[in-house]
Amino acid sequence: MNLAIAPTPFSANDYKSDYKPVWCPGCGDYSVLLAFTKAMAQLQRPPEEIAVVSGIGCSSRIPAYTNCYGFHGVHGRALPVGTGLKVARPELTVIVAGGDGDGFSIGGNHFLHACRRNIDLTYMVMDNRVYGMTKGQPSPTTEPDWDSALAPGGTGLRPFHPLVIALASGANFVARGFSGDPNGCADLIVQAIKHPGFSFVEILSPCVTFRPDQREWAKMVHPAAVNPTDDPARAARRIMTDDGFNIGVLYAGNRAPFRPQVSTPATMAEIEKEFAL
Amino acid sequence: MTQASAAIQSLSFAIVGSGGAGVMTAGHMLLDAAARAGHYGLMSRSSGPQIRGGEAAALVRLAPAAVESHGDRFDVLLAVDWQNAHRFAAEIPIDARSLVIGDPGEGAVPEAFAGAGARIVPIPLKAIAKKIAGGRPNMVALGVLGALAGLDADALAHAIEATLQKGGDALKASRTAMYAGAAAMAEAGVSLPRLAAKRSNGCWAISGNEAAGLGAVRGGIRFVAAYPITPATEILEWLSSALPRLGGTLVQAEDELASINMAIGASYGGVPSLTATSGPGLSLMTEAMGLAVAAEIPIVVVDVMRGGPSTGIPTKSEQSDLNIALYGLHGDAPHIVVAPNSVADCLLTTQWAVHLAETLQVPALVLSDQSMGQSRVVLDRPADIRFATKRLVAEPAPENYRRYALTPSGISPMAVPGTRGGVYTADGLEHSERGTPSSQAADHLAQLDKRASKLDQADYSRYWAEIEGEGDVAVVTWGSCTAPVREAIDRAREDGVAARLISLRLLAPAQPARLAEALAEVRRILVIEQTYSGQFYRYLRSAYDLPCEMRVFHRPGPLPMRPGEIHSKIVKELAV
Repeated sequence: MNLAIAPTPFSANDYKSDYKPVWCPGCGDYSVLLAFTKAMAQLQRPPEEIAVVSGIGCSSRIPAYTNCYGFHGVHGRALPVGTGLKVARPELTVIVAGGDGDGFSIGGNHFLHACRRNIDLTYMVMDNRVYGMTKGQPSPTTEPDWDSALAPGGTGLRPFHPLVIALASGANFVARGFSGDPNGCADLIVQAIKHPGFSFVEILSPCVTFRPDQREWAKMVHPAAVNPTDDPARAARRIMTDDGFNIGVLYAGNRAPFRPQVSTPATMAEIEKEFAL
Repeated sequence: MTQASAAIQSLSFAIVGSGGAGVMTAGHMLLDAAARAGHYGLMSRSSGPQIRGGEAAALVRLAPAAVESHGDRFDVLLAVDWQNAHRFAAEIPIDARSLVIGDPGEGAVPEAFAGAGARIVPIPLKAIAKKIAGGRPNMVALGVLGALAGLDADALAHAIEATLQKGGDALKASRTAMYAGAAAMAEAGVSLPRLAAKRSNGCWAISGNEAAGLGAVRGGIRFVAAYPITPATEILEWLSSALPRLGGTLVQAEDELASINMAIGASYGGVPSLTATSGPGLSLMTEAMGLAVAAEIPIVVVDVMRGGPSTGIPTKSEQSDLNIALYGLHGDAPHIVVAPNSVADCLLTTQWAVHLAETLQVPALVLSDQSMGQSRVVLDRPADIRFATKRLVAEPAPENYRRYALTPSGISPMAVPGTRGGVYTADGLEHSERGTPSSQAADHLAQLDKRASKLDQADYSRYWAEIEGEGDVAVVTWGSCTAPVREAIDRAREDGVAARLISLRLLAPAQPARLAEALAEVRRILVIEQTYSGQFYRYLRSAYDLPCEMRVFHRPGPLPMRPGEIHSKIVKELAV
């Protein structure tokens, strides 16, 4: 007879739903989903205390593929939804997820302000440098000479540099991962969640359908050769001078996270007093 | 609610001056002192778009019963200076019975006002103020107007003390200047008829924007996302200090796209949430309002309307956001649209909107406007109305929980994050009962039915409209037009035209059966609204099958609707 049953720890599978993803075979996002579930198993938080919030795009489909509370909103507005949720329910673990178009183009302004607001949540961007769901248009991180029907011969535009922007805007934790290394990614996600304030993790996640050239990324990525720094100037120099395939925690700052204003509690009658003559 | 009627005397004062001259402060104190002396009143602000240095006018109407709109004329126009005052000529109608008080040192009365034939009373405001250390002409003006209104100088002194927090020399100087102004007016030997005063126990002074904020927290709002915009900002500013005291939070957003999505995120987390804006912000919010419809997330959006389209006239009122409020969401997206019918009613209507949003799991839009939001009224302390507001939550979540389960009421229990067994993904994509994305025809139809039927079946109680009076004709209106319509109907009764007043508080979903019932035996109606294109009239024509003849009077802002112009339409269209 069992006198005491030790609680069964959560396995990675407990954080995964039984829905079949819409992603193409070979899509990097499968590995990001795997990394996410592994990270959650490391943290051992019950699935119902975790919320995954997203916008629109291939990678933004991820909430329903987890077994956590999910929010799949409109294009570009995942960070505001996550912000409202975290401020209203600070005890939840809130993870905002999406792609490069959702986060850096239509949602670019929210990215800047989420970094500077420094609310204790984690933003995970699966960057494949293309709009996949609309079948292959250039995104803000696409190389200038990448040829497509919408921009024949390339956009000619300098790519957006999310890590530098995050750092300059005040993100408290900045890391780069690669979907082809789910264990390494899981470790980055765990560190990001544990770190106070706004944590930004850019995950290089190849689009095998519209960017088959990104299969080469597996050969190009390499671990960051140096330890993370809490000096933003130093981190900025490293990020701006690396080859874009440097994997690891690149900045871990110590800025105090956002705290909402607190006031002496009052009753409704006390609140209404100001109107009485 | 107490009604103003034509039988009641009222006194109307306009105080004009360049920005920074302190006319708003003087108007505010005049209203405050009158309230302390037992009168009711209304003060509205009018200004140009400049932050400082532009023209400004405080418009104050005092009466023995509650007033919610200005009359057709002003008894007194006082100018602290005449710089750009002519721009107010259309907004401040005066006539031969009016008094125009000007400082002779500031030049002659401009032609725009002098032509009315009003009696001109020169009082050297600046010279009087100069004799008092720290004295300011606006406080001299307060004394002048207080004397004309028959207010006790001590009531005025009390109002000064209540407004000037700093006290000390500034307070003393203001008081002395006020007494000097009152003395100068007495010396001028001009007076106005006395207003009857009533008791003032339990009176409040509140603006429409403050009332909306109070209605929000009374209704249970505990999260607000804010992006500043004229003329809605005061709602957000008031909430920013009230919410933390009630255990709630306000976050300033980077734009309106963020503010509404933050409110949606907080409400998804189980906390009743709101944002407030004006037309341009509402345009940005409509996509996310559709998300709240599809994902069935309660939120309240207060739109304090201003002149449109585009940037339009930010500091002036209009009712022209009705169309976007009703039709602005893409897809078939049933939602709630309600409108307060007075400054005081901003409280009840916003509170009711919270109740409807929370119980029906739907976005509710409150259409206030600049004329209500930025006006301040004296009123009896509003009743503590309580709605049985409770969101239907899945706590605990049943086995095989389905977030969007089809139920007879159309409302299904919402699992709040943290609830074991309730895990689901809220989605703007069409979905099955479980919440999984679906493009199946059967799921689409079932969920469209669900979202429409919960609003169709809801109990909107007696708050759907204000219905007053008897008669075989009626005036149908909404929002800030209600008060001048009420005054016009009272006047028309004296001309032998008995008209009902029907003011819709619930604009969407439409209530054709209830309106038809309210219009039983009515042979003709006159629709009154403040839009260029007759948006409300067209909505009534399309959503209501009204058996009676319809006439309409609509015109755009920025000039407020006057009882007189409505009265003449009532006599013209509804007599016979």
